[in-house]
Amino acid sequence: MTPSTTVRVSGVGKVFQVAGGSRVDALVDIDLDIAKGEFVSLIGPSGCGKSTLLRLIADLIQPTGGTVTVNGKSAHQARLDQDYGMAFQQSGLFEWRSVERNIELPLELKGWDKARRRARSREMLELVKLTDFATHMPWQLSGGMQQRVAIARALAAHPELLLMDEPFGALDEMTREHMQAELLRICADTGTTVVFVTHSIPEAVYLADRVVVMSPRPGRITGVVDVGLGRDRTELTREATAFFERVTEVREALRGGDIGAGAQGIIDR
Amino acid sequence: MFPLSFALVAAAWEIYKWIGPVDGGSVFGVNVLPRTSDLAMPHVWDMFSRLTEPEVRGNPDSVLHVVAIATWYSFRVALLAFVVGTALGVALAVMMARFRAAERALMPYLVVSQTVPIIVLGPLILSLLAYASRDLATETWIAAVILGVFLAFFPVALGTLRGLKSAQATSLELMDSYAAGWWTTLRKLRFPAAVPFIAPSLRVAGASAVVGVIVSEISLGVKGGVGRKIFAYGQEASSDPAKLYTAVFGAAALGLVMSIIVVAIDRRMMRNRPQEMA
Repeated sequence: MTPSTTVRVSGVGKVFQVAGGSRVDALVDIDLDIAKGEFVSLIGPSGCGKSTLLRLIADLIQPTGGTVTVNGKSAHQARLDQDYGMAFQQSGLFEWRSVERNIELPLELKGWDKARRRARSREMLELVKLTDFATHMPWQLSGGMQQRVAIARALAAHPELLLMDEPFGALDEMTREHMQAELLRICADTGTTVVFVTHSIPEAVYLADRVVVMSPRPGRITGVVDVGLGRDRTELTREATAFFERVTEVREALRGGDIGAGAQGIIDR
Repeated sequence: MFPLSFALVAAAWEIYKWIGPVDGGSVFGVNVLPRTSDLAMPHVWDMFSRLTEPEVRGNPDSVLHVVAIATWYSFRVALLAFVVGTALGVALAVMMARFRAAERALMPYLVVSQTVPIIVLGPLILSLLAYASRDLATETWIAAVILGVFLAFFPVALGTLRGLKSAQATSLELMDSYAAGWWTTLRKLRFPAAVPFIAPSLRVAGASAVVGVIVSEISLGVKGGVGRKIFAYGQEASSDPAKLYTAVFGAAALGLVMSIIVVAIDRRMMRNRPQEMA
């Protein structure tokens, strides 16, 4: 493992035991290296195991086989050290805490004193451009603003790695594109490595350096698309020919990943 | 609004007393309409004027004075029952949330416990206290507290348990990602998430504590309590009907004060929460 590798997933498999004793291969034989500072999107149809893979990296579930290392240590140790921040489709903000106290939650759990926490939450609020809303309650904010608070919370402890599970999935298209641009800006500012789960092809391409294409039954990686659009992406990027070419490439990779098996999965369920 | 509604109730009482049959009315031989004689239904103003008169002849203390002291006594007993019952309910809920086995083992007992009439339990608890120590047997108020607790803990235990389980999966995963332990998660997530469930259960617990205490004061004759006054004045009702109602007013005031307290607690707990929850 080179020092610049933030996440290394090697030979990982995950088997779920379901009711009735049958086994489901959620993931088989996953190998994936993510470099420091890299932005990787995981894309695939429902049931392809992209969220499972994210949770394996986060050590929220344990692999049945293989190893996951984060920052050169076991995923378990990385979780204990709070080496990563996490954001979900639901913002998961605590409704009884003000915006700033939500952002301070991970710092509280790290045992930071109040002054230090407050200083950091101010900094994070500036980063997500919500300085005026520090003392608001989450339910007084729009969905997009709540998601920005969730990102601020995920980044509060300055983790090197950000794990995101369809964080913009519940937002409307306009807010979503705005949030994507904001996320790219934040990542450029902080140099954070990101693993981003999505089922939107344009979103995956617009955000990522690499798009990892997955397919179900069993969950596996069927292709990796190098986006190569550079780091300075603007709203114009969305209209560039190169952007559409990558979108097409990802779409074809998804199709090549056996749409039939995906459909089969839906029928079985 | 309360003075207005009180006036309406008083007016309804007086109007029925005025137009209703003095000896009551029966339908198919069953007495359904209450008698309206002064013995059965004293005038509202008599109830109030009775408050200012001496409690017993030759005693300078007014009924108001005696009933107020008795109500204050019962209030403190009920408040203690409410506090202890709430603490017990929360403790049981935390235990059941922590250990699934505890929930399965305890829950049937908790449910059954609420079906036992407390009138029956009063003497039982008193005799258990007597077994424990002779001194305890004379402190009947302890039995009243225990019965108040017995009624009050249940809604709190159920509400808190539901609340502790209401934390969202995403939030639990988030705490997991911070490597937060069970107790930290309880303190930072499960407990605050349970507040919208605990707050209304406290309202029920407050009312239950009052009922438990007053009923056990009546059945055990707890000296000093307003329940005892209701019982004692009830026995004098054939000669002094208005007096009974003075004690009933005391008990009603007790319930009212308790509900004001629990509503205040509820409001305090629910401030800064989403408005539609209130």
